[in-house]
Amino acid sequence: MKSNLTISRYNGISIALHWILAIALVAIFVVGLYMADLPFSPQRLKLYNWHKWAGISILFLSIVRLAWRLTHRPPVLPQSVEFGMPQWQLRVYHATHFLLYALFFIVPLVGWAYSSAAGFPIVVFGVLPLPDFVEANKELAELIKPWHQISAFALAGLVVLHVSAALKHHWIDRDGLLQRMLPGRSRTPSFRC
Amino acid sequence: MKSFIPVARATGVMLLVAAGALSAQADQKLVPAQSEITFVSKQMGVPVEGRFKKFDAQIVFDPAKPDAGKIAFAVDIASATLGSPEPDAELPKATWFNTAKFPQATFQSSAIKGLGGGKFEVAGKLAIKGNMRDVVIPVALTQSGAATVASGVFTIKRLAFKIGENDWADTSMVADDVQVKFKLALAGVGKF
Repeated sequence: MKSNLTISRYNGISIALHWILAIALVAIFVVGLYMADLPFSPQRLKLYNWHKWAGISILFLSIVRLAWRLTHRPPVLPQSVEFGMPQWQLRVYHATHFLLYALFFIVPLVGWAYSSAAGFPIVVFGVLPLPDFVEANKELAELIKPWHQISAFALAGLVVLHVSAALKHHWIDRDGLLQRMLPGRSRTPSFRC
Repeated sequence: MKSFIPVARATGVMLLVAAGALSAQADQKLVPAQSEITFVSKQMGVPVEGRFKKFDAQIVFDPAKPDAGKIAFAVDIASATLGSPEPDAELPKATWFNTAKFPQATFQSSAIKGLGGGKFEVAGKLAIKGNMRDVVIPVALTQSGAATVASGVFTIKRLAFKIGENDWADTSMVADDVQVKFKLALAGVGKF
């Protein structure tokens, strides 16, 4: 009986990466939305560069995160949760996670490609020049540009879905699923057998 | 790499030089179509290249007697471009080049020193946006077909010329150093 009551959690590194990237992704998305409409100004130049530096940092952390996830299997769903869900929900759950990971790489890589094509190579933190993996070409830049936005909005949509599902489990199903990803000590049931 | 001199142009230059050679060095000219002046500024570490599309020079120069040479240069500042419409709309404004008030940047040589091997040092006064500064510009001459190509790189401090004022004077955003590169095709200088 005990195994049904104690929920196995993600490990500390996974939890740290999850929340650092969660905050970073929300922040960079908001900055991206804001800066795109700014007039030519030092403020705009600054935000664009910060956005690029943050995007490259997120790309780097996502590589670390994927490597960590592939070498450290995430905890399986508690049986009560897994069997309580219809089949389609399970499929959507796996697809959402897969697409989230795909977009962690796609969005920054497309942004990097756009920056290169636009003729502005990325220099991380103003000191580390990154190679251009596409040539500087205005027409190419215009072709790439909408895809950075489209992929970022797709990622934002998936994040909303992911958060909604987590909150539904927490507040409606009250199955304790969210605890697996919360920082802090693991909470074992307060009573003992 | 860009092809240096298209054949048709080279032929034209040769004719021009052949004609010029008859009247000795009376017809030394810049060939704008084969010349370029570019500049690289750094925005938060990112090199951004621009160029001037219109410029001209008056040259009296004999590579054998550099001391007697004189070079006067004028750049049409409104012809500056960074290659995208947004910043290009900003460059003519008062904060940057103020082209309405200062349409031209000029350089007037005061002394030309031969260093040997086709290398020279051209000292003179550079005036941009109404600010005049002494500069020493290294120039290397090479022969390309009939044209003589003068090329070089030098660095100026943009704030010394008040290029980028107020908010834009912040060198953590746009570096003070601006690298200027030039490649000037000259007709009528003669072989050296």
